[in-house]
Amino acid sequence: MINLNNVTKIYSSRFKNNEKIALKGVSFNVNQSEFVSLVGKSGSGKTTLLRLILGEEKPTEGKIYFEGTDLTKIKPAHLYKVRRRIGTVFQDYKLFPTKTTRENIAYVMEVMGASDEEINRDVEQILDIVGLKDRADSFPDELSGGERQRVAVARALIHRPDIILADEPTGNLDPYNTLEIVKLLLKIHEMGKTIILATHNKELVNYLRKRVVTLEDGRIIRDEEKGRFIL
Amino acid sequence: MLASFKRVIKSGFLSFKRNFSLNISTIFVVFLAVSLVSFIFFLNLFSRILISDIEKRVDISVYFKEDAPSEKILSIKDEISKLEDVEKIEYVSADETMEKFIEKYKNDETIMESLKEIEKNPFYPSLNINAKTAQGYENIVNYLNKSVPQELIAKIDYFERKPVIDKIFSITSTVNKGGLVFGILFSIIAILAGFNTIKIAIENLKQEIETMRLVGASNWFIRGPFLVQGIIIGFFAILLSLIMIFILFGYFDGKIKSIEPSFSLMSLLFDNFGKLILLQLIVGVGLGIIASSFAIRKYLKV
Ligand SMILES: Nc1ncnc2c1ncn2[C@@H]1O[C@H](COP(=O)(O)OP(=O)(O)OP(=O)(O)O)[C@@H](O)[C@H]1O
Ligand SMILES: [Mg+2]
Repeated sequence: MINLNNVTKIYSSRFKNNEKIALKGVSFNVNQSEFVSLVGKSGSGKTTLLRLILGEEKPTEGKIYFEGTDLTKIKPAHLYKVRRRIGTVFQDYKLFPTKTTRENIAYVMEVMGASDEEINRDVEQILDIVGLKDRADSFPDELSGGERQRVAVARALIHRPDIILADEPTGNLDPYNTLEIVKLLLKIHEMGKTIILATHNKELVNYLRKRVVTLEDGRIIRDEEKGRFIL
Repeated sequence: MLASFKRVIKSGFLSFKRNFSLNISTIFVVFLAVSLVSFIFFLNLFSRILISDIEKRVDISVYFKEDAPSEKILSIKDEISKLEDVEKIEYVSADETMEKFIEKYKNDETIMESLKEIEKNPFYPSLNINAKTAQGYENIVNYLNKSVPQELIAKIDYFERKPVIDKIFSITSTVNKGGLVFGILFSIIAILAGFNTIKIAIENLKQEIETMRLVGASNWFIRGPFLVQGIIIGFFAILLSLIMIFILFGYFDGKIKSIEPSFSLMSLLFDNFGKLILLQLIVGVGLGIIASSFAIRKYLKV
């Protein structure tokens, strides 16, 4: 479903001498309905990998295929077609500050042209699942870190995407909410969806007993089925 | 499709409301741009009215000998009026000139005395000609010299007026050009200021626009609400500007009427209202649409 072929990503800043190699010759395939945990020290390149899959960044070298289509060949104006099939929980949430919880979640369905009835029904349902019913009309700056994170999770799932990219989706959650989100992801995975989860949560990864890909300094150093969290 | 369209419009109104304080300052800048352009528009209009008024006062007079028959003069008048350069031509008989003269100086006893002493009409019949351009006068005089029997003409009152006429035409054309340059310059400054304000306002939303793209919004779904917002801002700016123009014109209308009763500022405003609105829409709404499209375009690449 997703193939990275010898991908290198170098971030270059405005100063020519300040380049950062985030990924080095990474090859990586994810099949449909797989659940992959992406682990590695801070700065090892997990977020970068997810960004490349979403088309947010372009690889400096190498190719990325989404169902056989070269992502770098898709015109920016058409990228939305791919992105509508992906649900992303961003590490920094990326919530819309001038939209309420409800509106933040609904936006993803609005862009796809869903009807108001569908949107209302689905948003109520997911608000209930992530436990934010009473925070539905609050703005992001009125929410706690964990509440914001749950809005981000809800927004990633609302449109029933085929692929979920979850970048540290439980980082700000208490054990109870972490368990709830993990159960939710597993349930979605059982429905045949593909999930890539970047996380620092050792217990969580070990509990899952799914494929684990370990990154170090921009390279994949381990890739195991039913793997464990080892840095 | 229609649902999406409604959604885009609704979203535009909503963000207008939510970003109200930012929008107030944008409205203010667009208001200034619209008002400045309107001001230039009226300045141009006034200078044109003034110039055509001055030009109307410039003419040449051809004085005929007292024995020139009036039918002959009238046929010459017909001939001249066929010339392309002629704006207006008027026949004034000797008697009419005398009546006007008496009317003007009836209180001046010495002049009236001497007029009585002469006994006969001392004035010549004449043709007063207005040309369309300064060059036109030249052409008309050439025609008079070549094609009109010289024994009928007493005097052509042009050569002593020529420097004045030339000067007036050169001043009016300078004023016209200067006004245009000044107008265009200030309009550009005002429009650039408005453009920049909108651009900066949108640059603050860089992150949000990029997120919209990342969660699958198509480009027009992103642009739409900004365009709607730009249009709303433009409308408010135009409304404010119109209110100001009406108040100013209403105020000065009375003042000018007391000096020059035949001139109405208000009817000038109404006569040109269509053009004014069109100009304001182009500047006010166009600014919102073009500036926001430009500013957003940068962030639609992610
Ligand atoms: N926009 C950027 N410009 C320059 N360097 C960047 C940029 N984004 C990331 N980097 C660098 O690339 C490297 C990989 O970053 P990345 O965010 O992928 O790490 P990560 O594994 O997600 O880390 P964390 O666990 O802390 O989220 C880091 O060294 C980081 O400093
Ligand atoms: Mg990261």
